[in-house]
Amino acid sequence: MADPVTPRPALQPAIGSRTVTRRQILGGIAGVAGLAAAPSLIAACSTPAASSAGTSAAPSAAASAAASAAASAGGTVTLGSNYSDPLPKGVLQKAVDKFTSQTGIQVKVNTVDHGTFQNQISSYLQGTPDDVWTWFSGFRMRFFAAQGLATDISDVWAKVSSHYGEAFKVGSTGDDGKQYFIPIYLYPWAVFYRKSLFAAKGYTIPKTFDELKTLAAKIQADGLVPFAFADKDGWPAMGTFDILNLRLNGYQFHVDLMAGKEKWTDPKIKTVFDTWKSILPFHQAGYAGRIWQDASTTLLQKKAAMYFHGMFTSQQFQAAGQADLDDLDFFPYPDFGTQYDAEKALDAPIDGFMLSKAPKNIDGAKAFLEYLAQPATQVDWVSQDRSNIAAVKDADTSGYNSLQKKAAEVIGAAQRITQFLDRDTNPNFAGPNGMQAFLLQFLKSPNDDIGALQKKIQDFWNTLG
Amino acid sequence: MANPASVEGLTPAVPDPVGAAGAAVSGRRGRYSLLRRQDKLVLALMVGIPLFFDLALIWGPTIASVFLSFTDWDGIGGITGKNFIGTANYQYLITGYPFFWPAVEHNLIWLAFLMFIATPVGMFMAVLLDRELRGTRFYQTVFYVPVVLSLAVIGIIWTLQYAPEQGFINNVLGRTANDNLIDWYGDPSLNLWAALVATSWRHVGYIMVLYLAGLKSVDPALREAAKVDGATETQTFVRVVFPVMAPINVVIVVVTTIEALRAFDIAYIINGGKNGLELLSTLITNNSVSESNRVGFGSSIAVILLLISLGPIVLFLSRTMREDRR
Repeated sequence: MADPVTPRPALQPAIGSRTVTRRQILGGIAGVAGLAAAPSLIAACSTPAASSAGTSAAPSAAASAAASAAASAGGTVTLGSNYSDPLPKGVLQKAVDKFTSQTGIQVKVNTVDHGTFQNQISSYLQGTPDDVWTWFSGFRMRFFAAQGLATDISDVWAKVSSHYGEAFKVGSTGDDGKQYFIPIYLYPWAVFYRKSLFAAKGYTIPKTFDELKTLAAKIQADGLVPFAFADKDGWPAMGTFDILNLRLNGYQFHVDLMAGKEKWTDPKIKTVFDTWKSILPFHQAGYAGRIWQDASTTLLQKKAAMYFHGMFTSQQFQAAGQADLDDLDFFPYPDFGTQYDAEKALDAPIDGFMLSKAPKNIDGAKAFLEYLAQPATQVDWVSQDRSNIAAVKDADTSGYNSLQKKAAEVIGAAQRITQFLDRDTNPNFAGPNGMQAFLLQFLKSPNDDIGALQKKIQDFWNTLG
Repeated sequence: MANPASVEGLTPAVPDPVGAAGAAVSGRRGRYSLLRRQDKLVLALMVGIPLFFDLALIWGPTIASVFLSFTDWDGIGGITGKNFIGTANYQYLITGYPFFWPAVEHNLIWLAFLMFIATPVGMFMAVLLDRELRGTRFYQTVFYVPVVLSLAVIGIIWTLQYAPEQGFINNVLGRTANDNLIDWYGDPSLNLWAALVATSWRHVGYIMVLYLAGLKSVDPALREAAKVDGATETQTFVRVVFPVMAPINVVIVVVTTIEALRAFDIAYIINGGKNGLELLSTLITNNSVSESNRVGFGSSIAVILLLISLGPIVLFLSRTMREDRR
């Protein structure tokens, strides 16, 4: 959920009956009680009918790596997409159309609302899923691969691995050592600011955490909000936890913590919360009732000076106009003077595509995945959606805007990248009645007993088994 | 999708509804021989079809939920013997799960608020509108409009009212600066009440219409008689009209209780049911309908909610059946 998720739709329709009969009342209650049995039914209703691979159009003469590989494939590939926002939806469609014109293989895109797609994913994958589906790197990829709900695409990787850095291969590999995922793009989490505001006020980019705090105090004295902040959706605060933990305790500790090998009761976690507490007074109030788009707006309106967020915060600036977008800049989270500074680790979530367990058109689907792994495809993609950068290392970056160039530079300089708390760990643990709630509790009462909170978190983890 | 099938397979065999209905009919044959074969067929269908849907759509999922609540099934693959964990879900729910008791508390507050504030307001409005004020139709429509909207839409409407900086309420109060704004939906000590106001906005109109219909059916002769006997308006309502309305009053109580127990939409729209807005229904959803589900655990919460709900259902049914016998 590290993505810009729009408010989730209610799953339960309201019953606006004028008169209530006994049967309706019984039905209403049993409906709630029966909700537990419902997910598979919901998925069954909403799963788009997989189209049969009937028509085999003749491959066009277009010469491309993917085309030659797919020459024998033909037919139709189905694609389950969670790109439900207009911009990414359009970008995906263009990529699909280009693939079809190159190879003659039709791709039928079935778009499902982002949040719904995620909630129903396990039912969807067990039913009659589309051949290819959009997903994320990290624990959430490995989980479904381990359940046998994804097809091994090591053969595709053998063809495209020269385009990717080692970290991306690791991020596409399941627990069994095989590859299951094709990365398409990624974006960094960093501290965003407006160049014009920093220039006007004479602020300088902080290199260390102490400098960041000094700067925040200065901004506050100037009557501005140092850090824009929003956590209504529960996940944005995880970004701050991640970066503090990565920089204070290192990549390995963070990864082991996410995997349950380290304990949340560790004193190192207390250090993270204590550090966070020291900058909380510089955060925007009312965060728990605000969505990230509104926090971005306060940065846009120059009411707030900085915003630690994913690069998709730039969408608000893009919508406001080119001048505002050009004025947006960011810097990586500053150093703490620990041994882990050299890692320059950060959250840089990778989105991509996977192959379902029994694709109807496996050759066509693999050709499509191979096409998505081409530098040209990805460069074309991020030239339209400028809040991301291409996942391949040999992408032509000359068309990047300044934000994208910097993102490529910062991610390139990082020795380690992580996905995001809710992508790196058990989704049950990271959910609204889980880590989201625990972090909100900390933010609300940072002076409460941190040890008690840590124990609560660890106890909760333990029950998930 | 092996799941629902395997669950249904384990559902205790139910007697053939048509056969059962047929047996009931033939039992009466000794006394009434008026039923022809065709009549019996019609009767069997009239009883059997609703019974079938009742069993398949209501009792089936209910029994499946109870069954699932004793497992740790995660929604992936079939259910095997290894999935059975006895009452572990319930033990954890009651002793360990940090969100269960807050949810119970919030549901109870929800119930109390609707029962003692929103419902009486709705009843009061009905009584006022019953007095044939000028423009009574207009007022009825105005108060009823929110009922037509789905709670999802109401959640969005009120989100705009409550938004920290752009919201109407904070702007009216002048509380939009960073150091004094009121975080209606974010502050866990406030957001439940904010949500309750939004819910009541709809609930009041709903109760008003129900009650108004009841008031219209009260025999005017009763009021006239009370007037002749010298009763005041208040006395007439409290001593005469209200007792006559007993059946409607029960419906109102049951409807309110059920509205409170199934409270879901607004809390879920606001923030997914966390941070002070935990409700039993949102816990069920967040556990059962999510990525890598905890279907078994979510089912145990659903069963608890079912048990709580049985109270008002039994009350309502026993009341209705007693009336039927009269």
